[in-house]
Amino acid sequence: MDLTLKIWRQAGPTVKGKFEQYSISGISTDSSFLEMMDVLNEELIGKGEEPVAFDHDCREGICGMCSLYINGRPHGPDGGITTCQLHMRKFKDGETITIEPWRAKPFPVIKDLIIDRSALDAIIQSGGYISVNTGGVPDANAIPIAREDAELAMDAAACIGCGACVAACKNASAMLFVSAKVSQFALLPQGKTEAKDRVRTMVAKMDELGFGNCTNTYACEVECPKEIKVTNIARMNRHFLGAKVSG
Amino acid sequence: MATLNSKIPEGPLAEKWKNFNAHQNLVNPANKRKLDIIVVGTGLAGAAAAASLGELGFIVKNFCIQDSPRRAHSIAAQGGINAAKNYPNDGDSVYRLFYDTVKGGDYRAREANVYRLAEVSNSIIDQCVAQGVPFAREYGGLLDNRSFGGALVSRTFYARGQTGQQLLLGAYGALSKEVHKGSVKMYTRREMLDLVIVDGRARGIITRNTVTGEIERHSAHTVVIATGGYGNVFFLSTNAMNSNGSSAWQCYKKGAAFANPCFVQIHPTCIPVHGDFQSKLTLMSESLRNDGRIWVPKNKEDARKIQKGELKPTEIAEENRDYYLERRYPAFGNLVPRDVASRAAKERCDAGHGVGNTGLAVYLDFKDAINRLGRDVIEARYGNLFQMYEKIVDDNPYETPMMIYPAIHYTMGGIWVDYELETTIPGLFAGGEANFSDHGANRLGASALMQGLADGYFVLPYTVQNYLADQINVPRFSTDLPEFEEAEKAVKDKLDKLINNKGSKSVDSFHKRLGHIMWDNVGMARNKEGLEKAIKEIKALREEYWKDVDVPGSLEGVNVELEKAVRVADFLELGELMARDALHRKESSGGHFREEYQTPEGEALRNDKDFMYVAAWEYNGDGEPILNKEPLNYEDIEVKTRNYKEAKS
Amino acid sequence: MGNKRFQSSLTKKFVMAFMGLFLITFLFVHLGINLLVLLPDKDYFNLAAHFMSTNPVIKVFEVVLFGGFIIHIIYGLILQIQNWMARPDRYKIEGWSHKSPFSKFMIHTAAIIFIFLAIHLGDFYFRAKFGAIGDVLINGEHYHDMAALVMAKFLSLGYVVGYILAFVILGFHLHHGFQSAFQSIGLNSKTYTPFINGLSTIISIILSLGFIVIPLVIYFGS
Repeated sequence: MDLTLKIWRQAGPTVKGKFEQYSISGISTDSSFLEMMDVLNEELIGKGEEPVAFDHDCREGICGMCSLYINGRPHGPDGGITTCQLHMRKFKDGETITIEPWRAKPFPVIKDLIIDRSALDAIIQSGGYISVNTGGVPDANAIPIAREDAELAMDAAACIGCGACVAACKNASAMLFVSAKVSQFALLPQGKTEAKDRVRTMVAKMDELGFGNCTNTYACEVECPKEIKVTNIARMNRHFLGAKVSG
Repeated sequence: MATLNSKIPEGPLAEKWKNFNAHQNLVNPANKRKLDIIVVGTGLAGAAAAASLGELGFIVKNFCIQDSPRRAHSIAAQGGINAAKNYPNDGDSVYRLFYDTVKGGDYRAREANVYRLAEVSNSIIDQCVAQGVPFAREYGGLLDNRSFGGALVSRTFYARGQTGQQLLLGAYGALSKEVHKGSVKMYTRREMLDLVIVDGRARGIITRNTVTGEIERHSAHTVVIATGGYGNVFFLSTNAMNSNGSSAWQCYKKGAAFANPCFVQIHPTCIPVHGDFQSKLTLMSESLRNDGRIWVPKNKEDARKIQKGELKPTEIAEENRDYYLERRYPAFGNLVPRDVASRAAKERCDAGHGVGNTGLAVYLDFKDAINRLGRDVIEARYGNLFQMYEKIVDDNPYETPMMIYPAIHYTMGGIWVDYELETTIPGLFAGGEANFSDHGANRLGASALMQGLADGYFVLPYTVQNYLADQINVPRFSTDLPEFEEAEKAVKDKLDKLINNKGSKSVDSFHKRLGHIMWDNVGMARNKEGLEKAIKEIKALREEYWKDVDVPGSLEGVNVELEKAVRVADFLELGELMARDALHRKESSGGHFREEYQTPEGEALRNDKDFMYVAAWEYNGDGEPILNKEPLNYEDIEVKTRNYKEAKS
Repeated sequence: MGNKRFQSSLTKKFVMAFMGLFLITFLFVHLGINLLVLLPDKDYFNLAAHFMSTNPVIKVFEVVLFGGFIIHIIYGLILQIQNWMARPDRYKIEGWSHKSPFSKFMIHTAAIIFIFLAIHLGDFYFRAKFGAIGDVLINGEHYHDMAALVMAKFLSLGYVVGYILAFVILGFHLHHGFQSAFQSIGLNSKTYTPFINGLSTIISIILSLGFIVIPLVIYFGS
C-alpha cells in the first residue's frame, strides 16, 4: 500500500517543531505500524536524511514504551492495543496518516516523537508502592484474599504506564494511571495500612506535576490499551474523600 | 589463564547456603552509607537487587536504557514463576524443584547454585505477595498454582498471562520506595558502554546519556550487571528491540569470562516470520500445545500450493496431514519439551513440508479440540491468545489452523559467575539472564522469573555485602582517575569512528545479515561445517561493518542509529564466540543440538564423559579466546538421559 | 508548576459536584413555581413569587444559593484554566474519544448559561427587588404582578427563542453534570451507575423541557 505520512519533527526539547510530509510505498498490509516506520527510517537513512525518532521496545504490547498519536488517537485507530500491535491493514491504501507525539505539559518532547514520561515515575515514587523491605514477610498464604478482589486488583494492575490516558484526555489528566495504582493496593489487605497516605501523596504529586483535572469524559477508558476502567477513578475519589474526612 | 574458583561453600548440599550466610562478612549500618554500588539494569534481577541493597543502607546507582525502570524486558514474561511451596499438596519439595531444574537443564548447571535457587524460591512468593502482586487465587482466597512443562507437580504461580509484568512492577515498586527514600538514584535512558577497572577491581562504568549524548563517568565500590540476555544477536527474536548484549560484552572484554555462549533457548510456539521488514517475533504461550495439534501436509505438492496461496489448510484431507510430533513421540506427543518441538518443526520445513508464504511455518490446529470441548471452552482457555493472533496475522484461529514457528527466546549462557554471583573480575557481579545462570543447557518454563528474583532479592544482597566488608576503609572513587579517563576516551573513539564512517549501508542491514548467518548455522541445529562457515562469515561481515556502516546524525542528542550501531558492533563479536563455543562442544545438550551427535532416532546425544563442564571463554585481544573449564560434579543427583518417547523420562 | 497551592484537584472536583447537585435541586423548585404561571388563575404564581422573595427561611437560602452559584462558577473556571494549561501545545488532529459527549463542552455551555443568567436576573430578579412592577390585588392585599411581567416578556419571539436555546444548552450541561457528580464523589458501580446515567438523561430532559414549555404555551396561547 502507498501512504502519505505527516510526521511531527522536532530536533530537541527547546526547538520549535513542525510537520514534515513523507510518501512511502509498497508497505505490506501485514506489517505492523512500527515496522512501517522502520521502513521509512531505512529509506531516510538511504537518502542521507535523519530518521524519525520514536520510542518502542518490546513490540508485543506490554512494556508501555511505544506511544504515538495517530490520526487523533493515542495508539491509533484500533481498540485495546498499543501502537506496536497496530497493523497496517487498519489503514486504507493512499491514506494520509498524521503522526504526533503525545502532548501534555508534564510530557515534554525530547525529539521528534519521543517524549519524557518520567512524571509518571515521579508519581509512583511519591507513594505508589507497599512499603515492605526484602525479607521478614509473612507466608504468602497467611492472608487469604477474596478471588474477586484479587481479580479487580489485577484488572487495575494491568496498567503498562504508557500514558495513553494522559494523551487521550482533553485535560491531559493522569487520573486513570494514578487511580489504577491506588486501586490495586486499596483492594488488597497488604495495601490497606498505607492506603490513606498513598492516595494523598500520589494525588498531590500528580497535581504538582501539572497534569490536568478529570472531567469524567472517559476518553482514557476508551483509549487505554489495557482497557482499564474509570471505576478505578471513582474508587480513588472515594478513598481520597475518606482520607480527607477521617483526617 | 583465569582460574575458575566456583567458591561453593562446604557442607552437605542443603546446608551450603545456610553455612555461607552464617559465616559471611557483614558491614555495619554506619559503614554501609559510605559504600556505593552500581547496578546496571532494572529487570527482575536488577531492580530487586538495587531495591534490596538500598534497603540495607548502601548508596545505589541504578541504570537503565529505557525511559523508566518499569520497561525492562522481564515485563514480557507470560507464564509464571516456579516455587517449591507445595501448596497443592502434590508432593513438591525444594529437592524436587532442584532436581527438575538440573534435569531440565540437561545436567549442565552447577548443583549448589540450583539448590540455592530452589531453596529461596518460596521466599520470593512471600515477598511478592507482601508487595501487592495480584497472583491468581482460588475461591477460598488462597494462591492458585498451574502446571508447566518438565514437572510432575503444579508449582507455578501466575498473574493471568502477565506474570512477568506483575513481578517486575512489584520490584519496580520496591525500587521506587528506595528512590523516594534517597538510597537509590535512578539513571534512566543511560547505556553502559564500558566497565572501569581500578587496581584489578570493578570500580565504575562509562555511560552514554541517550537524551543528551553526553558520555558520563560513574564510580562505585562495586558493580552489578543485570542486563539480560543476548538473544537479539539473531536479529529476530522474542526479545525487546533494545535488549542487547553490550554491557555483558564490555565486561567480557575487560576480563570477565563468558560461559556457555552457545546455550540458546528456542521457543517452539511463535508467530512465524512474514516478511523482510519484520522487526520482532511474538511469542504465543506454550499452553496452546495442551489442546492444539501440530501438523504439516504429508505431500510436498500440497505444501507448495499452500505456500503459493492456491490451497487452504482446511482443504487438506485428514489422511494427507502429518501430525509429526504425535508420530515421532507417541508418549508426549505435542507436549514434548521446547527444544525437541522446535527441532522437529525445523526438520519438517527443511524437508519442504512447511506452510505459510515463506514455507517456514507449521500448523497448530484446534479443530479437534473445538469439536471435542466446544468453542466456548477453547475461548475461555485461549481467547486472549486467539485474539492476539488474529490482530497480528488477520486469520481466525477458530476456523483456520494457527501457524507457528520456533524463535529465539532466552539465552542460558552469559557471564561466568561463582557461587556468590561474582565474575572473574573482583567486585563485578552478574545476576539474572546476564549470568550463565542456573539453567544449564536448557531452561524450564517459569524458571527465568524465579532466577531473576532469587538473584536480586535473596542472593546479591548477601554476597555483595560479603564482598564489601573489607572495603569500608576505601574512600569514594574520583572519576578523574586515569582509568576513567582512559575508558572514556576508548568509548569516545569508538563512537567517533562509527559516526564518521560514512559508509553506504544501514546498521539494521548488517544486523539482519548477521541474524541470517546465526539462524542458519548457529540456530536450532548446528554442525561442524556450518559453524566453521559462520565463524568465517561473521569475521568478514565484521570487517565490512567497520568499513561500510552508515551511522547518520551526530554524537549529541538523541541518536537511535548510533545506539544500535554500538550494539551491533558487539553482536558481531559475540556471534563469533557463540559459534566457537558451539563448534567446540562436540555433543548435543539442551538448546545446543549438533547434528553429528544424535541417536539413530534423531534425538540429542549428550557426552558426559568429555563435556560435563562449563565452558568459560576468556578474552584474548585479537588472538583466539581462551577456553577455561569448570567441571560439574553431581553429588546429590543421578545423571540420566532425557527420553520423551516413553511415558516417563 | 501545577495546582498545588490551592486545594487538590480532587477536592475541587468534590466541591464542583456537590454544588452542582445542590443547584439541580434549586432548578426543580424554580421549575415548580414557574409552571404555576400557566394556571388560568395567576394569583397562585404571584403568591408563590411573593413567598419566595419575602420568607425569611428562603432569604437565608437565597444567600446559600448565590454562594453555590459563585463557588460552582469560580471552581469551574479554575479547573478549566488548569486543564488548558496542562496541554499548552494542542494536537493538530484533536481526539474525539469519550463516553460522555457533553463533558467536552461544559465550559462552553456554562458560558452561555451564565450570560442567560445575567439577563434573566436583570429581567426578573432585580426588577422584582428594586424595579417598578405593576401591582395586583389578591385577597385585599397588594402584590407584585410578576405573572404579567412574565407574560409580557414571552410575547417577544426573540426572547422566546433565546430562552429556549438557553434551556436546551442547560439540558446538555446537566446531562453530563448530574451523572458526573456521582463519579466525582466516588460513586460508580455496576449496580447503580446505569440507573444514575439514565436518571441523568431524564433529569436533563425534564428540566430542559419543563422550562421550555412555559414560553411556548404563552407565546402560542396568546
